[in-house]
Amino acid sequence: MSDQTIPVSGSLQAAYPERGTLLEWLHGWIVTVDHKKLGILYITYALFFLLVGGVEAMLIRIQLMVPHNHVISPEMYDELFTMHGTTMVFLVGMPILFGFANYLVPIMIGARDMAFPRLNAFSFWLTAFGGLLLYYSFLGGFGLYGMGNAPDVGWFAYAPLTGKSFSPGHNMDYWALALIVSGFGTVGTAINIIATTVSLRCKGMTFFRMPLFVWLLLVVSALTLVTITPLTAAQVMLLLDRYLGAHFFDAQAGGSPMLWIHFFWIFGHPEVYVLVLPAFAIANEVIPVFSRKAIFGYPAMVAASVGIGFTSLAVWAHHMFTVGMSSAGNSFFVISTMVVGIFTGIKVFNWLATMWGGSITFSTPMLFCTGFLFQFLIAGLTGIMLAVAPWDWQLHNSYFLIAHFHYVLVGAIIMCIFAGFYYWFPKATGRMMSETLGKWHFWVFIIGFHMSFDTMHFVGLLGMPRSIYTYEPNRGWDTLNLIITIGAFVQAVGVLIFVWNLVHAYFRGKLAGPDPWDAWTLEWATPSPPPAYNFAVEPEVRSRRPLWDIKHPNDPDWKYEQ
Amino acid sequence: MSDLPIFADEPWILPSRGRIAMWSLIVAESAIFSLFVVAYIYYIGRDQFGPTPSVLDRPILNTVCLLSSSLTIWIAERAIEQGRMRRFAIFWAITILLGLKFIIGTITEFRTLINRDGLTIDANLFGTTFYSLVGLHATHVLVGLVGLSLILAFTLFGKVNRSHAERIQVFSMYWHFVDAVWVVVFTVVYIVGK
Amino acid sequence: MCGALHAQKCSTAIVNMQHSPSPSRIRSGLSLALCLCAPALRAFAEGPDSIPNTFAPASTPTHEIYNLSLFALTVTGAIFVSVAALLTYVCIRYHSRRSNPANEPPQVYGSLQVELAWTVIPILIVVVLFLTTARIIFAIQDQPEPANALNVTVIGHQFWWEFRYPSYGVVTANELHIPVSTHQQPEPTFLRLISADVDHSFWVPQLAGKTDLIPNHPNESWMDPHEPGLYLGQCAQFCGVQHAKMLIRVYADTPSDFAAWLKNQQQSAVNDPSVAAGRHIFESQACMVCHTIKGTRALGTVGPDLTHLMSRATLAAGAALNTPTNLRAWVQNPANFKPGCLMPAMHLSNEQVDQLVAYLTSLR
Ligand code: HEA
Ligand code: HEA
Ligand code: HEC
Ligand code: CUA
Ligand SMILES: [Cu+2]
Repeated sequence: MSDQTIPVSGSLQAAYPERGTLLEWLHGWIVTVDHKKLGILYITYALFFLLVGGVEAMLIRIQLMVPHNHVISPEMYDELFTMHGTTMVFLVGMPILFGFANYLVPIMIGARDMAFPRLNAFSFWLTAFGGLLLYYSFLGGFGLYGMGNAPDVGWFAYAPLTGKSFSPGHNMDYWALALIVSGFGTVGTAINIIATTVSLRCKGMTFFRMPLFVWLLLVVSALTLVTITPLTAAQVMLLLDRYLGAHFFDAQAGGSPMLWIHFFWIFGHPEVYVLVLPAFAIANEVIPVFSRKAIFGYPAMVAASVGIGFTSLAVWAHHMFTVGMSSAGNSFFVISTMVVGIFTGIKVFNWLATMWGGSITFSTPMLFCTGFLFQFLIAGLTGIMLAVAPWDWQLHNSYFLIAHFHYVLVGAIIMCIFAGFYYWFPKATGRMMSETLGKWHFWVFIIGFHMSFDTMHFVGLLGMPRSIYTYEPNRGWDTLNLIITIGAFVQAVGVLIFVWNLVHAYFRGKLAGPDPWDAWTLEWATPSPPPAYNFAVEPEVRSRRPLWDIKHPNDPDWKYEQ
Repeated sequence: MSDLPIFADEPWILPSRGRIAMWSLIVAESAIFSLFVVAYIYYIGRDQFGPTPSVLDRPILNTVCLLSSSLTIWIAERAIEQGRMRRFAIFWAITILLGLKFIIGTITEFRTLINRDGLTIDANLFGTTFYSLVGLHATHVLVGLVGLSLILAFTLFGKVNRSHAERIQVFSMYWHFVDAVWVVVFTVVYIVGK
Repeated sequence: MCGALHAQKCSTAIVNMQHSPSPSRIRSGLSLALCLCAPALRAFAEGPDSIPNTFAPASTPTHEIYNLSLFALTVTGAIFVSVAALLTYVCIRYHSRRSNPANEPPQVYGSLQVELAWTVIPILIVVVLFLTTARIIFAIQDQPEPANALNVTVIGHQFWWEFRYPSYGVVTANELHIPVSTHQQPEPTFLRLISADVDHSFWVPQLAGKTDLIPNHPNESWMDPHEPGLYLGQCAQFCGVQHAKMLIRVYADTPSDFAAWLKNQQQSAVNDPSVAAGRHIFESQACMVCHTIKGTRALGTVGPDLTHLMSRATLAAGAALNTPTNLRAWVQNPANFKPGCLMPAMHLSNEQVDQLVAYLTSLR
């Protein structure tokens, strides 16, 4: 089955493009408007910054390895954790997921490209430029009094620390401008994805036949429209404060730092769901294929995703239980936050039900997705603990919080991204990644992960706050921190195995053929890598799993789906 | 359980991607405006010193111009749909003039506020939120005007015809949006906040 | 008694901080083992402790939080155990042993009943959890202030704490003294939290959850330590370079100790003629621009009030032990302990520093 394309009308025989000179090749990548190439650009870019952000994390951990450590200056430390957070969220999480979206959404809905290919290229280059601008800050001017160059006030950048009087240098300007620029790129891509899914679906691809991956990206893109923009607006206000002497967040003139806190989390909270939903999207594709079953409760999955999207707009102040809201206000945000747990629960249970009664093979993508399920369960439950407002008065800004969100960001999102890599790498390159190395990668990384992030919960419960460059030795935090640091090194080994696997597979991997996983969605109906226009003729579908219908002509899906 | 879905004869029509994209853009822009509006409302009456909203004059004429430009652009849209290019060009031009009047009105308003009342963006919270909200809207009008003028230029060079009706309408959605936002801004700044 | 002992223990720890003391290593190892379950963690530390353990509550609000957290932990723990068990079961039971890959398992597309079940059960759980939580929110946050409560205003500065006792005319820094509040004699302390510059957060895990100090946004918090002793905490909102060294010490004093302490703090500074040279330097250098010493010309408010400097165990919000050696090093160059803090090095001659330190050490 794996050496021939599936006879969906419109699939092509492999037509590998000719390789020209290096210059032509480079030029081809730079001027490209092809969604697949742009997708790969996004992903490569994000992968590069994952390593950068990871190195920053390593430096953080080296400094915190023992109490009163002097490896890194306090100034440098503040830059490191700010840049680590900002990089991971804006230069890794968003682009990598948009990379997957770019690559997959058009193919999955049987389209030839995105709705606006040139806007797509423009958005990518804006994002790329934003990242460069952010990192240029290392050269571009000092920050807080006595501090270094890069942004150094945390990724949440609470006012008034960001005002001219406390951050006289240019680092906050780099921070704000870089994120505004990449924010425009993000909004552009989101608009593009929405227009693509709504207007370019191939014949027969009704909304309720779209793969869940596409559904989730539709929700994410819609969410992005109202998520990134508040940050842009708040950053414009910040720049007005800094350059034109406005007083939005200027406490001296009666302005309120509270406004920034609200605005940031109105962005910041939905943002974390913008990051996690595409990860869910990956799991939605991988879990059914490796369980050999259709996704359980497709309509419920869609409804839950939309529900998460909407509720996530009304929970932002759970990041603000300690700022002194009224007790009624606090209570409202407790309940709204917990409601997200109900919707998310529906998804978790549906994944379990998909696996139930299946015939599960633990290939690397599935391994990572299983790890994701386990870790996301814990992460969600620690989220519920944080949502218990009085307890959050203890846990807020402690390492328990750091543990919670790394459990989601690393344990769920990065894990799903790894799964996505192993799953679609053959599609994008035509070559398989090594299963052996994949398993090594999985086990090494997951061991390091648990060493680091499980331990963080405890050190947080023992009262260790975040954002500190050093700590006192007599507080019971020493050994725990050492373990966290060792765990980070183990993770780094895992990541290196992964990178090696990528590089090796790209040149030496065994040929994949169009459909190595015996999967069901349209992208597996074209050759690997797909030709420039994906499909010679627009395909037609009759169910959620067009390839299943073809492979099982006697028992096609469209007989059963509601 | 559904019957065999056969498509050969079913029409398969999807919404225009331009409209979808413009709607998305409008949603995103609305979010930006909301934040500035919220900031404006939050700071109403919190100043200890400096000019207060009582210095504002309601820009009635401006408002009338901008709102009627929505009407003229709508007439232009219908005209191009029917291929009446002269009519299209005329009403398109009127729209631009009305928009220009609005911008000039805003500029004069700002000038008097600065010179007569000493209200600048760094004067106090009112100045900060007023100029940023009204200024943000004016910026959008400006961007719209640039777009409108480009299209007018193309029309005069005869490069626009009936087949572009769809695109013209998509662009017009933006202009309608800018007008609608003005209703909100006007209500908040010149009625509620005054 | 016990409190004094604890203070002693912590001081030694700080003295030893450059060469991390082995007892604390053993302790943290122990705590890892004990961390694995909350009640055990609690048993590990009753009363004031050098570990700011959130599971060792020592006041009414933290006790309530602690009980609530045990409840939440039980609920989430139960969810975890059941779902994780399910996941494990599924992974083992349905692990593929297919001989023929073309042989697909039966396809199931969904079930409304099941779907309803796993929507309704979580809803019920959430309702229960929410109601319990809301009750505690109101209980702690809307606690009315009793008439006999002690009022303290806490002012956050980059990177130190100012404590003002408005009804006693006392101003001090970094080390908060409050009375114990026992069942027989309840005397809670109500804090009013304001900031002089940027956001900070006041957190003493054993005594109260954290509350932020935000410019233009006064907040409140309260605590009533049940046992005398020293409670440790620190700033929990990033506030700049030395956020890490913005530590808090809260001494819960017995009523008589507290009265004695208050009485001393109300006095003006000791005026010891033998250190007049130092005092002169203090008043002729920029020191007086930033610091207040009651009874002298020094009335600055940029830095901590130094009237009773020697009544504090640490310098500069816990950056160093308050010993003459450290004081000397501090005055010579504060960056020795706190690089990036807002007190400049004054470039004084050695002799001047000696005299200055002699003066400062007289400020009991
Ligand atoms: C992708 C990232 C991501 C995701 C998905 C989540 C998901 C959740 N988060 Fe998290 N969170 C972050 C990233 C994320 N978070 C980050 C980055 C921060 C810190 C930012 C900073 O300060 O720098 C943060 C901070 C944060 C806080 C603020 C803490 C503080 O600052 O003091 C809170 C408080 O409520 C919270 C709660 C939750 C909840 C309830 C969920 C829920 O969505 C989880 C839902 C999932 C489940 C509950 C598990 C599965 C469900 C079941 C098995 C059903 C049964 C369950 C029940 C009935 C409860 N998070
Ligand atoms: C997607 C998001 C993401 C990811 C993946 C990570 C990954 C990691 N994070 Fe991060 N983290 C955040 C998002 C993320 N983090 C955010 C938002 C914050 C808050 C910031 C703030 O407060 O402002 C934060 C803060 C944060 C802190 C708290 C800092 C502080 O408050 O003082 C710590 C401390 O341990 C930490 C550690 C780690 C570790 C050990 C990893 C590891 O998982 C990293 C593993 C990866 C690697 C180790 C990469 C390996 C690379 C190599 C081996 C390099 C090879 C080199 C070349 C080829 C050039 N993170
Ligand atoms: C520009 C203002 C400024 C000047 C001038 C200044 N200080 Fe300070 N001082 C501070 C600040 C701010 C702190 C708190 C530093 C911190 O903890 O981060 C401080 C802290 C201290 C402390 C520790 C207080 C405590 O409670 O822990 C001492 C002692 C001290 N200063 C003495 C002096 C002396 C002596 C001089 C003059 C030679 C002086 N200061 C000059 C601002 C100043
Ligand atoms: Cu004060 Cu952090
Ligand atoms: Cu959140």
